[in-house]
Amino acid sequence: MSAHLTPRAETTLRIVAPLAVGAFVLGVWQFLVSVVGISDYLLPSPASILEEIVASWDSIVSATLITGTNALIGLVVGTLLGITLAALAARWRAVDQMSAPVIASLAVVPIVALAPVLNSMFGADSQFGRQAIAAIASFVPIFINTLRGFRQTTPVHRELMRAYAATPGQVLRTLTLPTARPFILTGIRIASSLAVISALVAEYFGGPRGGLGSLISTSAASSAYARAWAYVVASIALGLLFYLVTLGLERLVLRTRTIQPDRTTGTGTTSTSTRSTTSTTVSH
Amino acid sequence: MSAPENAAAPEPAAAAAAPATAVRVAGVNKVFETRGGLVHALEGIDLEIAAGEFVSLIGPSGCGKSTLMRLIADLDAPSAGTITVFGKTPTQARLDQEYGIAFQQAGLLPWRTVAANVALPLELHGVASAPRKAKVEELLDMVGLADFADRYPDQLSGGMQQRVAIARSLAEQPRLLLMDEPFGALDEMTREKMQSDLVRISAETGAAVVFVTHSIPEAVFLSDRVVVMSPRPGRIREIVPMRLGASNAATTDAAARAARTDGLREDRSFFEMVTAVREALHGAPVAAGARGVETR
Repeated sequence: MSAHLTPRAETTLRIVAPLAVGAFVLGVWQFLVSVVGISDYLLPSPASILEEIVASWDSIVSATLITGTNALIGLVVGTLLGITLAALAARWRAVDQMSAPVIASLAVVPIVALAPVLNSMFGADSQFGRQAIAAIASFVPIFINTLRGFRQTTPVHRELMRAYAATPGQVLRTLTLPTARPFILTGIRIASSLAVISALVAEYFGGPRGGLGSLISTSAASSAYARAWAYVVASIALGLLFYLVTLGLERLVLRTRTIQPDRTTGTGTTSTSTRSTTSTTVSH
Repeated sequence: MSAPENAAAPEPAAAAAAPATAVRVAGVNKVFETRGGLVHALEGIDLEIAAGEFVSLIGPSGCGKSTLMRLIADLDAPSAGTITVFGKTPTQARLDQEYGIAFQQAGLLPWRTVAANVALPLELHGVASAPRKAKVEELLDMVGLADFADRYPDQLSGGMQQRVAIARSLAEQPRLLLMDEPFGALDEMTREKMQSDLVRISAETGAAVVFVTHSIPEAVFLSDRVVVMSPRPGRIREIVPMRLGASNAATTDAAARAARTDGLREDRSFFEMVTAVREALHGAPVAAGARGVETR
């Protein structure tokens, strides 16, 4: 079916279709609450949630900023650690073998299990525990993807570099890093969602008030269901923001590979091939 | 490209200072340790390649022809014996960028344009941007890809990619070119075209070439001498000098090479040389029935 659509129609459909589905779901939801009469504590209506968003806008913004900052710091630290350690592990086999069990255990540690421990470790008034949790959560996918990316160089490229008598720094700059780039960016994109989720979940387990997670739990505990939902909407928006920014970063950095003037095939095929290039780097 | 330019000694300054021998291989053995035991890849190899000479290494797979080229390139070290490249150790020659190299796979960096790929060695060795650009332009012109400078490798055909790789190997005007089956993955028509291009380019630059191949006609067409090797252990069985065209025995290698054209492929001497190499490969005169030589 979609093969018969012009690229422009396809793009329009891609934007309109999810919007239509969203509007439809919200309509049904509102209908269930206000006409069928589902009680407010089970499911607040979209209208009442919107009301709460408007009413407590300032608090939502500051909560989003707190959680967002924690997630961002965690993501940045996790990224730097992940790339550095992966570079070391790719360079020295011993580092790889030493770090493998640590990485494996970090990958299976539930964030929920770490949160109370770290919160009591760093005190009730410190955001550090939450940032550490976000960093640990984002570290793992970045490390694994980056290490894999560093191992993608082909023998012919490595021998070429040897024939050119390239220094280790030059090999890293001109061969290893560019080869690993799509893998690193995929790791960061996966980690971005994890950073937001873990920063948020960590707030459920004590520590300073004010973040989205703690406000969701207090609102729900004090039966302010619509307000709790308003904060949930804000956390969804925050997660989406992180995801879209990292996706944009990925597209931007890899643009030389995706935007190619291809004169041998028609525009239609170009757009599909471009998309398939992106999706291969996306799926891991 | 013009004849007088070829008749003059290539790179007079370099030729005067450099020894007349490009590569000297003496008593070289190479043993690989594998899980199945020791593999003698090369045994008792002696070979001398003059400056500006085109030498092909030919033989069945496992005869160590690629290994020999890799030893010259210092991508591997010999187990015994010595190799000198322009009077230096292979390692020193590699560090001094005395040779250019091309493999069976083009090995282009996919995130770089054609021009940036050719510029890579120049960039790595700190050539300034302006002369680099000029050199890249000249090289792409030489391999006939000037119009494709801004394309990416995956937009080119296999033959075009290989031409980019050859341009890249010539970037620093090496006195020695090492080529490991560079046309092995190409179709026959592209291959013949590339062979003619290579003959022309090597005559233009006056570089010595070590060319690994498993195609007899290719070796015969390109070379001044064909080194026939046999496997297990890899040894040199025979070195067959090529006398193509009628009367160029006295002229220089470069001039002889410039005279080498596609017409030669149908010349009687070409078939005679093909037969000579075949006989050397098989170790005995080929039966009379093989008169109609297959030009595989």
